Amino acid sequence: MPVYIGKRLLVAIPTLLIISIFVFSLQKLLPGDPVLAMAGEERDPATIEFLREKYRLNDPMPIQYLNWLGGVVTGDFGISLRTNQPVLELIGQKLPVTIQLAVMAMFFAMLIGIPIGILAAVKKNTWIDYTANIVALSGLSIPNFWLGIMLILLVSVQLGWLPASGYESIFVDPVRSLQTMIMPAFVLGNALAATLMRHTRSAMVAVLSSDYIRTARAKGLSPREIILSHSFRNALLPVITLLALLFGELLAGAVLTEQIFTIPGFGKMTVDAVFTRDYAVVQGIVLCTAVGFILMNLLADIAYVLLNPRLRATI
Amino acid sequence: MTAINSTIPVPAKRQQSRAWKKMKRNRSALAGLIIVLFFAILAVTAPILPIADPIATSWGAIRKAPSAAHWLGTDDLGRDILSRMIYGAQASLMAGVVSVLIAVVIGVPFGLIAGYFGGWVDMVISRVTEALLAMPFLIMAIALAAFLGPSLTNAMIAIGLSAMPIFVRLTRGQVLAVKMEDYVEGARSIGLNHFDIMTRYILPNVFAPIIVQATLTVATAIIAEASLSFLGLGQQAPAPSWGSMLNTAKNFLSQAPWMTMWPGIAIFLVVIGFNLLGDGLRDALDPREA
Repeated sequence: MPVYIGKRLLVAIPTLLIISIFVFSLQKLLPGDPVLAMAGEERDPATIEFLREKYRLNDPMPIQYLNWLGGVVTGDFGISLRTNQPVLELIGQKLPVTIQLAVMAMFFAMLIGIPIGILAAVKKNTWIDYTANIVALSGLSIPNFWLGIMLILLVSVQLGWLPASGYESIFVDPVRSLQTMIMPAFVLGNALAATLMRHTRSAMVAVLSSDYIRTARAKGLSPREIILSHSFRNALLPVITLLALLFGELLAGAVLTEQIFTIPGFGKMTVDAVFTRDYAVVQGIVLCTAVGFILMNLLADIAYVLLNPRLRATI
Repeated sequence: MTAINSTIPVPAKRQQSRAWKKMKRNRSALAGLIIVLFFAILAVTAPILPIADPIATSWGAIRKAPSAAHWLGTDDLGRDILSRMIYGAQASLMAGVVSVLIAVVIGVPFGLIAGYFGGWVDMVISRVTEALLAMPFLIMAIALAAFLGPSLTNAMIAIGLSAMPIFVRLTRGQVLAVKMEDYVEGARSIGLNHFDIMTRYILPNVFAPIIVQATLTVATAIIAEASLSFLGLGQQAPAPSWGSMLNTAKNFLSQAPWMTMWPGIAIFLVVIGFNLLGDGLRDALDPREA
């Protein structure tokens, strides 16, 4: 197992390098010369030259990249122009908020997606299956941010049941924290629920038609036992991989969800950074989400091996 | 040449008509097609429809509920929402189609080359694709749009580039599946060059899944454009777009809820239309699902 993990990590290195080149080149897309903007109105040639030297902009592009990469590898993603904080520190501050949102969203997604997926597979080609399919398709087609706005309109403005925005740390005031997070988590979980439902359904359909299920039926096990302990446990494998793949979608969805519910997390920070032209932060965000995605994939692969005894033997 | 063309297993024309027959029987796909056509016709005919100017403000008609004069009501500047919705359809559909075209035009050739030549070319292209796929689609689109500067054109480029790796991977996989087929071998044996083999023998036979993926990606791209415009990174005021209309509307939730309703419903319908159409095309074009 350690050898397997080591190998996988090694394979991730070229991928990470390519991502870093992409993220570095992003800043070269910027129109205009950043130094001219920094030098102010006078554009004093001495100041411009000083700034160029300071930020090593006179070096050839590959050297600039290596300088930048050297910083990134040691955790120096640059300084946020807006808050004057190191980018990594800023991301570290905002991440717990989004993790809480993501975990709650995942909970909603599983609560809705998995049971409906199982039901649709068991009742394959009946009206229940067709209805579930339409519900899933609608869930995929509804823009997340619009669903959020409509929920605010209905639940907060009309009914006054839940606060429309705001955030409270779960460690300070758990009740208030859950109250402010329930709607955003539901909105974020909704699209994932649809994907999860579709995958659970197809995994269950495949398992239900296999020989060992026929054997289980033949020996007179109750349908409940067959579905939950024989089928679902095996259908769970592809679903777990999917959860890791949905990580990226979750973070991207958080950008809009947090914007609508004004939750001060990772997503809101992304939007704020974009609008204040805080480019070091935007670069840090892209890099961090990519690293997170690769790690989640690795975890999914490890979980897949651990949960599947047949694969365990081969490693 | 004609003799060689006939070695393609199923002539393209017969395959098309069979697929069309299957499509016609698929009621949900047909519903999707009708929804998409409905919005497409509205978008194309917008300039000749008897509707108000989408950017003409009217201080006498601010945030009016739907009425006979303004079927869908007016917005915070007194602009006719129906008209803005129809012109917004132009922005949405154009963004969806153009960004997917960008993704296809760049992604498919790279996928073809990677799958066809294999070796180190494949290694490099595949690694880069993998790296690009590790960046969440919307976050990448937002970052690109931010660095390129906010405009509808840049949003389309950003979405197109973010969707591109999907097509590289898909095409590469499909090419790997067909490149050992006899007709490819035949084309090679009569001395056709790589370019001709790729474009005339491989591409037509891997095109069906690409069309399906493109249709489904238009749905994703339309949501992405709406998201970028909602954040202010897409269509710029005063030109209408469903996403930016929603951005304004969220400030008037309790006073003018209709401002929020229409753009959301429209995005939902168009996206579900493309999704139904894509699913239907997959069923019609996929021989395994016969």
